Amino acid sequence: MTERLQVAEFRNEYDLIDAVSAVRESGVEIVDAYTPFAVHGLDKAMGLKKSRLNQVCFMFAFLGLTIGVLGQYWVSAINWPINIGGRPWNSLPAFMPVAFEVTVLFAGLGTVFSFFAWRKLKYGKQSLQPSLRATNDRFYLVMKQGQQRKSNSTVSEIIHVHHGEMVDA
Amino acid sequence: MDNHSTRPPQIHGDKNLTDVTNDVCDIMERKPTWLWWLGFSLALSALVLGLVSVSYQIMTGIGTWGLNKTVGWAFDITNFVFWVGIGHAGTLISAILFLFRQKWRTSINRSAEAMTIFAVICAGIFPIIHMGRPWLAYWVFPYPNFRGPLWINFRSPLAWDVFAIGTYLTISAVFWYVGMVPDLATVRDRAKNKIKKFFFGILSLGWNGSYRVWHRYETVYALLAGLATPLVVSVHTVVSFDFATSSIPGWHTTTFPPYFVAGAVFSGFAMVLTLMIIARKTLRLEEYITLNHIENMTKVIIVTGGIVTLSYATEFFIAWYSGNGFEQFVFLNRALGPFAWAYWIMVGCNLITPQFFWFRSIRRNVVIVFILSIFVNIGMWFERFVIIVTSLHRDFLPSAWSMYSPTWVEIGTLVGSFGLFFTLFLLFIRTMPMISMGEVKSVLHYRGNGEKS
Repeated sequence: MTERLQVAEFRNEYDLIDAVSAVRESGVEIVDAYTPFAVHGLDKAMGLKKSRLNQVCFMFAFLGLTIGVLGQYWVSAINWPINIGGRPWNSLPAFMPVAFEVTVLFAGLGTVFSFFAWRKLKYGKQSLQPSLRATNDRFYLVMKQGQQRKSNSTVSEIIHVHHGEMVDA
Repeated sequence: MDNHSTRPPQIHGDKNLTDVTNDVCDIMERKPTWLWWLGFSLALSALVLGLVSVSYQIMTGIGTWGLNKTVGWAFDITNFVFWVGIGHAGTLISAILFLFRQKWRTSINRSAEAMTIFAVICAGIFPIIHMGRPWLAYWVFPYPNFRGPLWINFRSPLAWDVFAIGTYLTISAVFWYVGMVPDLATVRDRAKNKIKKFFFGILSLGWNGSYRVWHRYETVYALLAGLATPLVVSVHTVVSFDFATSSIPGWHTTTFPPYFVAGAVFSGFAMVLTLMIIARKTLRLEEYITLNHIENMTKVIIVTGGIVTLSYATEFFIAWYSGNGFEQFVFLNRALGPFAWAYWIMVGCNLITPQFFWFRSIRRNVVIVFILSIFVNIGMWFERFVIIVTSLHRDFLPSAWSMYSPTWVEIGTLVGSFGLFFTLFLLFIRTMPMISMGEVKSVLHYRGNGEKS
């Protein structure tokens, strides 16, 4: 059975944030909010956890550094050592610039692609949103429909107090 | 109201969210003006000249250049360093100013990032044609091959350059694209014709404004900014290593990395100013790119111009202080030798120009700022020319001394690189949202005016 959802529309971000806090206090679960820009403070109001992408980024950076250093060492000292101006096979200080660049490349691409994969963003995907105005100038709050009729009317009251409007999803 | 209420608004004209979407998308949706067509045809003509020059020199060989046994690097490498430097301001605006929470960056960061990418593309062309046999350009990458396998020499700064520029181009492009995804969705959702809907539908990755995604997106954006910041410093540092690790007097100096990075930001901001002043005038963006934006950028030019001035002085001081005759000769030759005209153009443009920006009336005079920004561009091109050519043309053996003058092929290639840059930029402002709508919308209420919707 698909869950029934209810959607409210807001005209600015302050009303949305206030409504989110009030709705959560009343015990109704919030599915998501749809906003035209990254509203600051909404993550706290919605109780979103800190992203794990920071750790992902670090892991990719570490992987890049390892590949950068060991790769250059293997190429220059093991696979085909060439005497260039009498420099040591393992010229570690001279390997640092490339190792750094490879680190940044891995960390950047790894983070972005993990984000795309996690959030299922891909080329040509159809977007599902409450309204086309969600990417333009309106803010939407999507909540779970409560079990009893009574709680639903409280939700619409809360929404109205915060200058929002209930819309059909 | 909060403590931001005393600050001037970031965006003028009392805009609301709908206005921002309409204003920014309108640039792409309305018919191009005659000014755009004029600019585009000029840029395209320059690009064609560049294509002719490059094709001719590839078919004939780099003997078509004015290089000789003594001056082995000149126009080509000058252009390379110049264009890489231009790119740096874009990353500075998009990444470093982001980390410092400089909200004014929001209306210029998108086009500055685009400028970075196009400048790095222009820069990348020069080492490739400098190889003489550009069809073998892939040899600079380490890949398993049947020649041994023979790998590249990782101890060479030229190999570092490949990685630095390659990473820089990749990360800048990713940063630019990731920053644009929400705006591409905005364009998709208001597109009227099917082709546009389809095209932006593909590019916007199914973005729907979900705040759960926005929240992660902010993390990704901050991480990319954090990665791009040391990256941008490393890129021009590595470019300066091309010179600094050699034993040529005038090149062999430890001040080169900070000197080059400051010079890059200096020239880059001048180019951003040049482009933004043209854009705000021709696209009527005065309410988005305000006088405050221009003033802030001129302040960055004062600081970086100061560092560049200090570097020039340090070089001369160290040349004298080192007691090294060759070093002293190179610097006297720079200021008084046959290329003294280039040196004094450099000094005039890079030392004197920024001093005008101490005056508030000049900082807020768009016409004067525009003219001065072009002087900085010229001065910074000459800086690279002076560093490269004057250090080479009178080497250790007086019988080998020679002069350098560019041929039509080299000048045509330089003009062509400007053509490529402006062609790409003009196409960009017609096809992509050139102002970051998502970020501008987030600073609209920056005064703390919560009632405005």
